[in-house]
Amino acid sequence: MKFSHPGRLATAVTISAVLVATTAACGRDGGSTEGAAAAGQSVTLSLSTLNNPFFVDVRDGAQEAADELGLDLDVVDAQNDSTTQANQIANAVTGGADGVVVNPVDSDAAGAAVQPALGADLPVVGVDRAVDGADITSLVSSDNVAGGRQAAEALAAAIGEEGTVIVLQGVAGTSASRDRGQGFAEGIAEFADIEVVATQTANFDRAQALDVATNLLQSHPDTVGIFAENDEMALGAIQALGARAGDDVMVVGFDGTDDGLAAVESGSLVATVAQQPTELGRQSVEVMSRVLAGETVDSEIPVPVQTVTTENVGDFLQ
Amino acid sequence: MTTPTTTTTSPTAPSRLRTTAGAFLANNGALVGLVALCLALFIATPNFLTGPNLLNIGIQASTIAVLAFGMTFVIVAGGIDLSVGSVAALSAMASAWVYSSAGMPGWMSLVAGLATGAALGSISGIAIAFGRLPSFIATLAMLSVARGLTLVVSDGRPIATSPEVSFLGGTVVGIPVPILVLAAAGLVAAFILNRTVVGRSMYAVGGNAEAARLSGIPVRRVLVTVFALAGLYAALAGMLLAGRLNSAQPQAAAGYELDAIAAVVIGGASLAGGVGRVSGTLVGALILAVIRNGLNLLNVSSFWQQVVIGLVIAVAVGIDVLRRKNTRH
Repeated sequence: MKFSHPGRLATAVTISAVLVATTAACGRDGGSTEGAAAAGQSVTLSLSTLNNPFFVDVRDGAQEAADELGLDLDVVDAQNDSTTQANQIANAVTGGADGVVVNPVDSDAAGAAVQPALGADLPVVGVDRAVDGADITSLVSSDNVAGGRQAAEALAAAIGEEGTVIVLQGVAGTSASRDRGQGFAEGIAEFADIEVVATQTANFDRAQALDVATNLLQSHPDTVGIFAENDEMALGAIQALGARAGDDVMVVGFDGTDDGLAAVESGSLVATVAQQPTELGRQSVEVMSRVLAGETVDSEIPVPVQTVTTENVGDFLQ
Repeated sequence: MTTPTTTTTSPTAPSRLRTTAGAFLANNGALVGLVALCLALFIATPNFLTGPNLLNIGIQASTIAVLAFGMTFVIVAGGIDLSVGSVAALSAMASAWVYSSAGMPGWMSLVAGLATGAALGSISGIAIAFGRLPSFIATLAMLSVARGLTLVVSDGRPIATSPEVSFLGGTVVGIPVPILVLAAAGLVAAFILNRTVVGRSMYAVGGNAEAARLSGIPVRRVLVTVFALAGLYAALAGMLLAGRLNSAQPQAAAGYELDAIAAVVIGGASLAGGVGRVSGTLVGALILAVIRNGLNLLNVSSFWQQVVIGLVIAVAVGIDVLRRKNTRH
């Protein structure tokens, strides 16, 4: 940072803006101001990991919204470690954040991790994954169970509602894997002629899915469909299938990542259930902004998931 | 493979007792374990012992095996390298970036990947040999730095690899390239350890660094070479993995360092240093790949897979230790 005259001026203006905003925020408690812009306030976004394109998109959406609303967004990456996340949230509170948006590494652990923020009367908005055991302001998330059901329908349609299918599970014990798996199991049970012959984990990882799918195709050569609980694994399965993908074996993924959408467009991936990570990030920050401006918001804000096939993939590709 | 043999390895190998079948078994506990495991799976599932499935196992073992070959140098020299997974990821990412983002020719991507791995390994080696850091700490630091840089370079997203790197994941005249790379990397590693001065020095340094120094071995230079080689092998493994996926993944090979260490130790190396063979490491890597493959074929619940893998590692190493003790008298 340079300390030229215009720079100093800008700093002074920023400080004044923050002071004004802080005053407005304090006034909010007394109910004397209403609908005051949240601009200039600082919000910490604690992400479970940036080691995954999905959460990079969440961050991008959040950053876009913050820029538009004039919020100062501080993004921290917990690197999939609950303790790191707890420390980062505590640091944000002592660092003077006005609100915390949290994407839990683990739903249960996050309940404890957000206590410092709740204790300081800061608004807490969850994004993508629930915060269990804490009374947070609002949760912005996709409906994974419904998404799993949609995936089952898309796969059933692609394979003519009969044959054997295999399922590639995500990280065992995570809510995303549980919910998508449950939704898929419920959905596929409606089709009497479809049999799920194997359900194996590939930990949401493309390289592992390549190996696991290769192995499963060995033991179940008559497989006609594969459901992967995320796009990364679906792409691994497609790699295992080679030219057979989209031809005699249909693969359905979940998430609607850039690579996943490109695979839908090329025809190797029959369908993906698009969560809208950018939208998740964007809405979480918008909700936070409304809370900071003194509005009341719903405790749960569902962001729709959509089945993406060749027909509508154009709408999702930027 | 279990027939009695009188001369099994090169005369320069570090062990002496191998004139009987018993001694052969004693020195190849891991190999016996691998054969037993294969027999069990052959009985349990008809899909195991088929040509295509055996090729799959070879391909699936290739990444861990190449990482583990590099790890063998380190463990023989009495060190440990926790950074190989991250170094593999960063090297593959650097290789993909050079081609996809910087627009350089494909052959440059191979050079850039290998050079990145060797450079990162050398940095760890210099910190260990000249900075006197314990290898556990220096490579733990490198694990974090390299993974972080991978994310910085990629912005957390996969990058497409060059055709040259993708070739590493393909097939050539019906033979999967990863298996060819595995074989070549193994032969080179065995040659270095058994037939070169620097390789023999690794055993001396791992056995007793002070004695090695007093007998005129340039211990520090040997250590830097060891970690540079581990980095180079990690880079090769990383590009192999990226080639199979046609893209370098930011989270590629996370945690693979533990599989590599397990493969080396299952193969009969001692974490105390001075003992270890490339052939043993290969068997160790194959055992891990066979277990994973078999558990998939048998559709074992993902919750139990981790338990089974842990137990098999413990049993394999345990049996090996017992056999060695019994034949030392």
